[in-house]
Amino acid sequence: MYVAVKGGERAIENAHRLLAHERRGDRAVPEVSLAQISEQLSLGVDRVMTEGSLYDRELAALAIKQARGDLIEAIFLVRAFRATLPRFGATEPVDTGSMQVRRRISSTFKDIPGGQILGPTFDYTHRLLDPKLAETSMPEPPATSDAPAAAMPRAIDILGRDGLIEPSPRADADMPVGDLTREPLSFPADRDLRLQNLARADEGFLLALGYSSQRGYGRNHPFAGEIRLGEVEVEFSAEDVGFAVPLGPITLTECQMVNQFKGSDTEAPCFTRGYGLAFGHSERKTMSMALVDRTLRARELGEEVLAPAQDEEFVMSHSDNVQATGFVEHLKLPHYVDFQSELGLLRKLRKEFEENAEMSPSMQEAAE
Amino acid sequence: MNAPTYNFAYLDEQTKRMIRRAILKAIAIPGYQVPFASREMPMPYGWGTGGVQVTAAILGRDDVLKVIDQGSDDTTNAISIRKFFAKTADVATTTSTADATVIQTRHRIPEASLHAGQVLVYQVPIPEPLRFLEPRETETRRMHALGEYGLMHVKLYEDIARFGHIATAYAYPVKVNARYVMDPSPTPKFDNPKMDNCAALQLFGAGREKRIYAIPPYTSVVSLDFEDHPFTRYRFDAPCALCGADDSYLDEIVTDDKGSRMFVCSDTDYCETRQSQGHRGSESVAPHKERAHG
Repeated sequence: MYVAVKGGERAIENAHRLLAHERRGDRAVPEVSLAQISEQLSLGVDRVMTEGSLYDRELAALAIKQARGDLIEAIFLVRAFRATLPRFGATEPVDTGSMQVRRRISSTFKDIPGGQILGPTFDYTHRLLDPKLAETSMPEPPATSDAPAAAMPRAIDILGRDGLIEPSPRADADMPVGDLTREPLSFPADRDLRLQNLARADEGFLLALGYSSQRGYGRNHPFAGEIRLGEVEVEFSAEDVGFAVPLGPITLTECQMVNQFKGSDTEAPCFTRGYGLAFGHSERKTMSMALVDRTLRARELGEEVLAPAQDEEFVMSHSDNVQATGFVEHLKLPHYVDFQSELGLLRKLRKEFEENAEMSPSMQEAAE
Repeated sequence: MNAPTYNFAYLDEQTKRMIRRAILKAIAIPGYQVPFASREMPMPYGWGTGGVQVTAAILGRDDVLKVIDQGSDDTTNAISIRKFFAKTADVATTTSTADATVIQTRHRIPEASLHAGQVLVYQVPIPEPLRFLEPRETETRRMHALGEYGLMHVKLYEDIARFGHIATAYAYPVKVNARYVMDPSPTPKFDNPKMDNCAALQLFGAGREKRIYAIPPYTSVVSLDFEDHPFTRYRFDAPCALCGADDSYLDEIVTDDKGSRMFVCSDTDYCETRQSQGHRGSESVAPHKERAHG
């Protein structure tokens, strides 16, 4: 007899109750706090803030807790919340040149004004599991020295002074940057929208695309001109106040890639740029982003578009993990109505095939 | 921490206005896909976010909402979306096709004819009928602009050459108002004729793909075909086992592991209405309503 579908409402409620139970895990184990997530799983929080497009550590930590550590689910929660927030306006462009730097390295020069600063990095750690961390640990306090008085200029600007690298485009009040969360995206898309898309893009997707460009799928011969991590001030120009009001500092990671040069009969050859920027400490993301930013400039720089990483429609249409996961996972939803229609067609085709097979070989040939 | 507060029907009024503008444009150009700045909704992309945004933008306090998935009011996603609007808009909900003013649907068009004043909102996964022939949006938009639909006819022709039939069983392409080729969303082709000259307004929302399109009331909608291979509907040739209907689209229910099956209406409201009118099928057990999908 037909198993009734009635009862779906109670099934959903019970499923959510069970989910909450599983989220909590063994109740004898202390519950994780938002402060613990924010402080001790901080790189996960940074990723959720970056791809969730919302700088709020507490909400990102809440999302991670609610999502049971599934970062894409957490990003989704943050995005859905963000979509409901009213817009008061846009901040002034942040100046990463005046960043309070905690880490800053350049692979293009041995030494740079302000020096190479390793900062908190996994680089050069030997990846050996540390049994000490299995217990409560109290690491040594970090080494300190006086902060350098002068701001640290961007290493890549040294090249810019001599015209060896293309200039970075200046902010232009008459050309406001686009916002693909408020206006529908259309192609071809300019670099402002591409960078916004890449900033929100899935880290793994960008990593694979950037990697593919290094291996020859798309022209890219990059040097890490500079990677910097630190705090910058965010300022907001309120119209009725008449001057920029500081909103507070945010942590950013910025990556500037130096790429192969271009030139023409009228333009002297110079290096080109790839740019990556993310909330928090997100080096893999910003480096991948800078690689893909550069590959996507193929059209603008007159390069032939041959590889996926150069194809803006391909990259931008598939980079968003909230969209991707939704559509992949929607296959879980019932499709039995379509399937029934397909089944009917297939049965009909198979019946005709069998009838055909029963015909003599010559007849079959004629039928084809 | 910022405690979230939400507007009537979830979306803020600015967003609703933006969506309504897109809807008006869509109605003005039947079958044309209007880009809109789709928002992130609190349910996943691919689960009806386009339909939900359209419904949220048109819903008023006096509306009566019906939500179906696969023709049924009781499938989990239909329940989830109905509850969403019951919670965020506090509107009356119904399972009755006739009583609803707004019907949001996934994969089916109700069996009962719709009447003037009703709005049918479709959830659309891939709005572009040419997408599987040409993956680039830049190309397909150009093809629509030029009315260049040869590629689609070649596809249908190749189906006939290979299989002897047009091998599209659902999301069967239609031409709207003799101009735009349109994807009807993944409804079975059985439902295609219901779109033609329909008294109700039909709105289509694709959230992930950020497109809205529409068929205004009483607009011509023609399923693509050839003179010598005319469009045909498909339904399993049997009466509904519960209400005996021989004109409704049927779900195939596998009843054991020995190949036994029964066929019942996919449109639960249609089936229940017929049963309450005294219609019976081969498997009806009238006193035990719980065992039926009522």
